[in-house]
Amino acid sequence: MTDEPIIAISELTKRYNGGAVVDHVDLTVRRGEIVGFLGPNGSGKTTTIRMICGLLKPDEGSGTCLGYDIRTDADHIKLEVGYMTQRFSLYEDLTIAENLDFVARLYALKPRAKFVADTLARLGLTDRRNQLAGTLSGGWKQRLALAASVMHQPKLLLLDEPTAGVDPKVRREFWDEIHELAANGLTVLVSTHYMDEAERCHRIVYIAYGKVVARGTVAEVIAQSGLHTVVVTGGDEAAIVHRLKGLPGVEQIAPFGNTLHVVGLDRALLRASVDQAIAGTGAQAADDATILEDVFIRLMDTAPDNFAAGAKQ
Amino acid sequence: MSLSSSWSRIVAVMIKEVIQMRRDRLTFAMIIGVPIIQLVLFGYAINTDPKQLRTAAVVADHGPAGRAIITALQLSNFFEIKPGAPTEAQAREMLQRGDVSFIITVPTDFERKLMRGERPQLLIEADATDPAASSSGVGALQTIVQTALAEQATGPLAKLASGKPPVDIVVHNLYNPEGITAYNIVPGLLGTILTMTTILMTALAITREVERGTMENLMAMPARPLEVMIGKIVPYIGFGFAQVAVILVCAKLLFHVPMDGPMSVLLSVTLLFIAANVTLGYTFSTLARTQMQAMQMTFFFFLPSILLSGFMFPFRGMPGWAQVIGEAIPLTHFLRCVRAVMLKGAGFAEIAPNAWPMALFWLVVAGVALVRYRRTLD
Repeated sequence: MTDEPIIAISELTKRYNGGAVVDHVDLTVRRGEIVGFLGPNGSGKTTTIRMICGLLKPDEGSGTCLGYDIRTDADHIKLEVGYMTQRFSLYEDLTIAENLDFVARLYALKPRAKFVADTLARLGLTDRRNQLAGTLSGGWKQRLALAASVMHQPKLLLLDEPTAGVDPKVRREFWDEIHELAANGLTVLVSTHYMDEAERCHRIVYIAYGKVVARGTVAEVIAQSGLHTVVVTGGDEAAIVHRLKGLPGVEQIAPFGNTLHVVGLDRALLRASVDQAIAGTGAQAADDATILEDVFIRLMDTAPDNFAAGAKQ
Repeated sequence: MSLSSSWSRIVAVMIKEVIQMRRDRLTFAMIIGVPIIQLVLFGYAINTDPKQLRTAAVVADHGPAGRAIITALQLSNFFEIKPGAPTEAQAREMLQRGDVSFIITVPTDFERKLMRGERPQLLIEADATDPAASSSGVGALQTIVQTALAEQATGPLAKLASGKPPVDIVVHNLYNPEGITAYNIVPGLLGTILTMTTILMTALAITREVERGTMENLMAMPARPLEVMIGKIVPYIGFGFAQVAVILVCAKLLFHVPMDGPMSVLLSVTLLFIAANVTLGYTFSTLARTQMQAMQMTFFFFLPSILLSGFMFPFRGMPGWAQVIGEAIPLTHFLRCVRAVMLKGAGFAEIAPNAWPMALFWLVVAGVALVRYRRTLD
């Protein structure tokens, strides 16, 4: 099964109250890949992940996960998949060790004590093993949840916004851990809306309003977007923004610290408009590489809102 | 904005509460529906006057006076004379099994002694495990007998119409001769307390996981519904037995309730009862979406359990339809079993008729729970 994809789903669809929350999504993830699942809040990322691991039944479409049919083989999938939910879902009124012990028993890991002890040691939580999980900080909770979800050595790890609300240092450590796991052959599908995290993925899939609107490596996605960026430095920022608005070729204006990112599809038109806007303000303009965040915003703005008609998630 | 505008803040909180209450449809439905259901149900069902009390008549003298008494009892609507002509031994058996609550014995030579004015004995044996029910039954019975004989007091029996009562009514209160209420209430409380605590605790079992967000994780891991159900139920059965131990010790030490039957029978039937209750609680928790709803379901079940099971009011005093509801409640059967074992010394054979309905109840709710347990988050 070397070449067989770890996840292969096609036309996956889920409806709530008549509206498609996930709308004919195709997704293929190969062994050892870290695939980032991007999209705004409520775009269907969580729903898709839940369908992949058998927690939700798709209304349409089909697919396999680790070679098992996602519709009928959820029991097998659960044994070989590690799933980390968006919300901390271990028991806050159990200690760290008790939580791990519970998970180890559910997967019938043997020898259990060794699995738990090894996991505690790797986390560096051996000393705090008897602390209630609910008293951990947000970052530690995420690390504990990650450790619990890989303790049974799954082949696929599904992470649903694993770093929401944790500080940059913890996030970086968390991602180092994910890369280490992937280097050992684990396949990872991770949803996020942090751009720096998306850039740490081998490949990204962008979903908006339940539909895949872009996919590929970060560079490919940026290139596909056809966006060009001009960075404006100096001058009266507020005045320049005011003047730029409505000028031809200007799609987005976003302040980044003391600079302005002005983004458009037509490079020449964009540059001309920017030059016109900054004339006499003393500001400088320079072409720059388009960043993923600008693409992200652009994709979000241009995707047809098929949720707006009636149903909400 | 000022600190004195507390009225505005009170109104803000009130409006928010009312909106939230309205959103929670089940709670709203229960606020309106539960009082109606309960008023109608209990208002009509509960009747402290006994009716249709099951009685065995052992008739050894077939004279007209004896027949008149039996007929009068039959017609009174207070008593329901079991058909057939049981022997004394058979009647005793029926009393122990709980098939009848009273035995009325018309002894041999009843008619002849009555004619001679010798005041023959008329023996009434009552199942006094529920003293309230039996004493009102005995009272009614005595009146009916007097009236029946007074009507017979014509012709050769005319002299009976005056003077002392023509028969000597002897009442034997069996199983609880002193009519001590605690003997009835304490075993009843065993069942009531168990119903309350075990259902409530397991009712919160699944909803708590859903509310805390741990359910998704549990479902993503390889735990099957039956495994989760058994794992969630068994500890509470143990908890139930801890309560049983406490209650039984108190029953013995504080209330001196006798323990006439074998302990093994009592514990077996208690196991069945607790298992049925914790499973019901688990079923509630698969039906409810929040812990609040699970608690409301528990209370909704608890009230009829107390009121229609024969714990607070005599079962036979209720109209037929209420008895049917009562028969569907495990507590009804458990109370009969516990009273039979503790006060009447019943064994497995005697309690079997009340044990299988509990087992059936258990199977049904377990089936519902397994069907209702959501394997997916849909």
